[in-house]
Amino acid sequence: MAVRVYVPRDATACALGADEVAERIRDGAAGRGIDVEVIRNGSRGAFWLEPLVEVETDQGRMAFGPVAPIEVPGLFEAGFPGDADHRLSLGAVEGIDWLASQQRLTFARAGWTDPLSLEDYRDTGGFKGLERALQMEPQAIVDEIKESGLRGRGGAAFPTGIKWQTVLDTSADQKYIVCNADEGDSGTFADRLLMEADPYQLIEGMTIAGLAVGASEGYIYLRSEYPHCKSVLSDAIDRASQAGYLGENLCGSRNVFRIELRIGAGAYICGEETSLLDSLEGKRGLVRFKPPVPAVEGLMGKPTAVNNVLSLAAASTVLAQGAAFYRDFGTGRSRGTLTVQLAGNIKRGGLVEIPFGETLRELVEGYGGGTASGRPVRSIQVGGPLGTYLPESHWDVALDYEALAEIGGMLGHGGVVVFDDTVDMAQQARFAMEFCAVESCGKCTPCRVGSVRGVEVIDRVIAGQDREFNLEVLDDLCDTMIEGSLCAMGGLTPLPVRSAIMHFPEDFGD
Amino acid sequence: MNASAVSLGEIVEAAVESHRGKVGALLPVLHAIQDKLGHIPRDSVPFIARAMNLSRAEIHGVMNFYHDFRSEPGGEHTIQVCRAEACQAMGSRELELHARDRLGIDFGETTPDGLISLEPVYCLGNCACSPSIRINDDIHARVSAESFDELISRLEAED
Ligand SMILES: Cc1cc2nc3c(=O)[nH]c(=O)nc-3n(C[C@H](O)[C@H](O)[C@H](O)COP(=O)(O)O)c2cc1C
Ligand code: SF4
Ligand code: FES
Repeated sequence: MAVRVYVPRDATACALGADEVAERIRDGAAGRGIDVEVIRNGSRGAFWLEPLVEVETDQGRMAFGPVAPIEVPGLFEAGFPGDADHRLSLGAVEGIDWLASQQRLTFARAGWTDPLSLEDYRDTGGFKGLERALQMEPQAIVDEIKESGLRGRGGAAFPTGIKWQTVLDTSADQKYIVCNADEGDSGTFADRLLMEADPYQLIEGMTIAGLAVGASEGYIYLRSEYPHCKSVLSDAIDRASQAGYLGENLCGSRNVFRIELRIGAGAYICGEETSLLDSLEGKRGLVRFKPPVPAVEGLMGKPTAVNNVLSLAAASTVLAQGAAFYRDFGTGRSRGTLTVQLAGNIKRGGLVEIPFGETLRELVEGYGGGTASGRPVRSIQVGGPLGTYLPESHWDVALDYEALAEIGGMLGHGGVVVFDDTVDMAQQARFAMEFCAVESCGKCTPCRVGSVRGVEVIDRVIAGQDREFNLEVLDDLCDTMIEGSLCAMGGLTPLPVRSAIMHFPEDFGD
Repeated sequence: MNASAVSLGEIVEAAVESHRGKVGALLPVLHAIQDKLGHIPRDSVPFIARAMNLSRAEIHGVMNFYHDFRSEPGGEHTIQVCRAEACQAMGSRELELHARDRLGIDFGETTPDGLISLEPVYCLGNCACSPSIRINDDIHARVSAESFDELISRLEAED
């Protein structure tokens, strides 16, 4: 029988040479007369070990990593795919502490399965939530989500059950489910990882959402920067439709649910839900005034549940395992698991899914292993480009929505970007303004013009011109942006700017 | 009508037809045209306007709003260099300068031989293995000045 060898097809794994590794393993095995079946699984999110190659054995999967393409001949010489005593040998994959110590719920399947195999998905508990939902009344599904305490994973942490209730309570001839897969925050890749490793979980979650609120049409709005993801998702939608998990007579029932994949066109603001809806309608992605909220008047004016990829995926866990199971994972008002992404200057970067409550320091030093450069950590930006820069005195904060809010930060989509002591925080503040200028939708003057002015003023501070005066101008400008912006783009850009000045004044000539 | 105008009309027609009946089809239609031609020629706008019952101004407005759409032809290959924070933490500012220097062009420009267009991008979702660049649909991780040069040399050799 052929030896099964797993080589991830994930975008980061491929960016590190996984396609070539797979090719070389096939060739190397063929040249040695070894019967090998190469399976392109999803990534486990231990990106520091990618390409992570696994061999199926009687003792479970044996892991090797990081396997760069040039390492493959050496692996074969050491006995791969059999017992190989090699420098890259990691032993059983379950024994890798970085993974074993996590509490994988949403990402339980990631890396174990072939993302496109419906059989793998079913064998690992897939579609159980959908089967249950098909037996339930819409209100009962919504109640289950409410009881689970599931909060939106896109950034605002709004209770998903309450959003769905609003859509359910609205009467309309057409309702929509929109999956926000725009994942624009630097330092985040959890949505991408999930969609590339376990796309059926998202499809199942969206279908459950459709049944819950009475929507027959769903859209996935995916950013164009994710070409690998596009290919996995469109294949997954095709296969699910052919197998009767999407379309008319869903799973033999009388229900209908379709999903269409839409690709963005390079605009950060289209991650904001109302801008996203305008973009889906074929327009410029301008942010809309609220109310009405999308749950009442969304796509084409119809009631629409807009949810992040991870929120929708979690719905399938909630329905499969029950609300209590999900709720019991959390602390306080932060329910379920915490998904963070360790990024930037980090030794062991990747996706970490753990219970809420761990501190930032534990995460960055423990899982992250400190910086990639080996230099001291100086600053950590949590929560994406609109998130605060935190100095060492703030690293003992617990990572949950409330604790971070108390110190003026936000968890957002869970991005943790680490900088070492070579960072120039004045340049980081400048970039926050520049990014806002590039990505502003243009609707509000304080955001559109204020950000351009912000760059100019910071440039003057950096050049040492009238430092005190210009810092005051900058502070006023931040107030104007906070007060006069319709959405968080203009409204939160002052956060990274002000936190950089407050915590790292020496970089601003102080 | 000359030959190229006829074929342009046909391309637009086909793109519109394949998305007929869809909600807000303009973005998919523009993507389809750009996938086929590498850009969205100004001359195609009247065809799109007619086929989709939109004004030309609306189409220009949409094309200008999104970073992806281009109305001028680009190079044979597009290279995007990530400028966002996680990549900055790993030296993308230097890589950016190096890329412009090596190619002799700025962001938004194409090499004189028409081989390569250089574009900025804000995150490719590869932030655990930064700095990142994208060449067409391939993403590359932990890119250094040397590995950047190697990738460019490979593109030049293929040509
Ligand atoms: C500037 C801006 C960018 C955003 N980008 C995203 C994004 O990329 N992905 C996302 O899911 N939510 C994003 N959001 C949040 C969405 O507006 C919205 O809250 C979310 O899609 C709701 O889904 P959830 O309740 O499941 O989190 C963004 C918000 C703002 C203001
Ligand atoms: S704050 Fe900026 S991005 Fe948000 S609506 Fe206003 S102009 Fe648009
Ligand atoms: S910040 Fe460069 S890939 Fe995410």
